[in-house]
Amino acid sequence: MRNFFKTYGLFIVFMVVALIALEYLVQSDIIPAFIVPAPTDVVIHIIENWRPLIFEHLGATMLEFAIGFILAVVGGVGLAVSMFFSKTIEKMLYPAVLISQMIPIIALSPIFVLWFGYTIWSKVAVTILMSFFPIVVGAYDGFKSTDKDYIELLRSMGASKRQIFTKLNIQMAFPSFFSGLKIAIVYSLVGATIGEWLGASEGLGYYSRRMSGDLNADGVFAAIVILTIVGIILFALTAMLEKRTLRWKETE
Amino acid sequence: MTLLLKNVTYTFPKEKKPIISDLNLKIEKGEFVSLIGKSGTGKSTILKLITGLLKQALGEITINGQPISLGDVGYMPQKDLLLPWRTVMDNIMIGAEIQKDLQLTKEDARNWLKRVGLIDYEQALPNQISGGMRQRVAFLRAMLTGKEVLLLDEPFGALDSITKKEMQAWLLSIWQELDKTIVFITHDLEEASYLSDRIILLKQYSVEEIEVPLHRPRHADMLHSSELVGLRRELEKKI
Ligand SMILES: Nc1ncnc2c1ncn2[C@@H]1O[C@H](COP(=O)(O)OP(=O)(O)OP(=O)(O)O)[C@@H](O)[C@H]1O
Ligand SMILES: [Mg+2]
Repeated sequence: MRNFFKTYGLFIVFMVVALIALEYLVQSDIIPAFIVPAPTDVVIHIIENWRPLIFEHLGATMLEFAIGFILAVVGGVGLAVSMFFSKTIEKMLYPAVLISQMIPIIALSPIFVLWFGYTIWSKVAVTILMSFFPIVVGAYDGFKSTDKDYIELLRSMGASKRQIFTKLNIQMAFPSFFSGLKIAIVYSLVGATIGEWLGASEGLGYYSRRMSGDLNADGVFAAIVILTIVGIILFALTAMLEKRTLRWKETE
Repeated sequence: MTLLLKNVTYTFPKEKKPIISDLNLKIEKGEFVSLIGKSGTGKSTILKLITGLLKQALGEITINGQPISLGDVGYMPQKDLLLPWRTVMDNIMIGAEIQKDLQLTKEDARNWLKRVGLIDYEQALPNQISGGMRQRVAFLRAMLTGKEVLLLDEPFGALDSITKKEMQAWLLSIWQELDKTIVFITHDLEEASYLSDRIILLKQYSVEEIEVPLHRPRHADMLHSSELVGLRRELEKKI
């Protein structure tokens, strides 16, 4: 706990001061409330609408996020493993993975609506597209980062390529894989939200868009605040999992 | 069992000059042979050649007339290379995980840990133990592959002189007890003389074999014997 304050104390102080300043600026009409709402108004909006916000909209967004993220992890790790074992697959698909990252995803998203309609799958597709890249690259670069000396040691014992993979490459890949995963989990949530912006009937992205149409800044910011909090929690959970998995690194 | 290197020449990929040229070496079952020589003369390279890790060597490397292949010998590399996420116990069991026919139980492993004074560190991670302890673990890992030939690349390099003496005595007793054949690299000429039957002195353009005039079993008192002191002086001049 003391460590926590050492690391984030200054940031928390900064945020509290900024929020109080903002509250003051809006309350005294220096900043109009339809541009930036007063923090207290956002909190009130969340409290008044918490049932639909949490159960309906957050629930919908989390479902899209979860399906998309899991598929991206399974597919991304699968692809990374295939590329690691097959030069042909690597040469064929690695550039494609890279290029997929260059495409402006917002521009591509209407195509998903075209393909999947306004079903959950158009949002899942955006989610996958957003998070696939850091997962594949994190895992693949991790597998490849294995120290040659360790590989030689295991080979000198007569280890097969498969044994070297399970006993060495996987463990060696974890640090890089988790770096990718932490980015991917946050991107996934953003992806689900973007997907909803393009057309949905529920979800926090949809909610913020509807509120924006109504010129309800409190509502827009309420959705953003909830998404941010969820994003932080997801990131923290991944970081905790990383710490557990890489406990041996801490003793270094 | 005979380990034979016949006209072995090895050039690293992309290098022009061979690092090992036309090396001939015959090591009989149960022998203890040390390789000495200045840094960069190719000692570690010779061990890697015997393991089968370096391909495209010219000449023949055989055990009992059979060309060597990976997994035939126990190998302790110059760096300890303990897997940092595995405990001491799991590090020394890895040979048995890779070669399924190897009968090594945790109970056996524990007994060995006891013998090298590491029983209290069974569950420790490599980063939690000292350099000397790590070398002992790496040594056990190589030895518990159960192979008759053991290649040891400066196994006691990082030890203080007292621990080193202990480990030397211990190595000699295991060598005799288990009837291992050992190829040993060291920079310590006294150590080479004390442990070996034969010393191979590597220089840039030549190889010289020197018989050690001490009888077996070796005993720590011999460290001060005139034979050993004389041999050490001779090696110092030649190296
Ligand atoms: N993969 C490699 N490619 C090219 N040259 C190499 C390679 N590995 C080692 N060498 C060179 O081969 C020479 C012999 O190396 P080796 O490690 O066998 O020496 P050594 O006698 O064990 O030295 P030391 O006593 O320092 O351990 C060195 O000059 C080294 O730079
Ligand atoms: Mg060496």
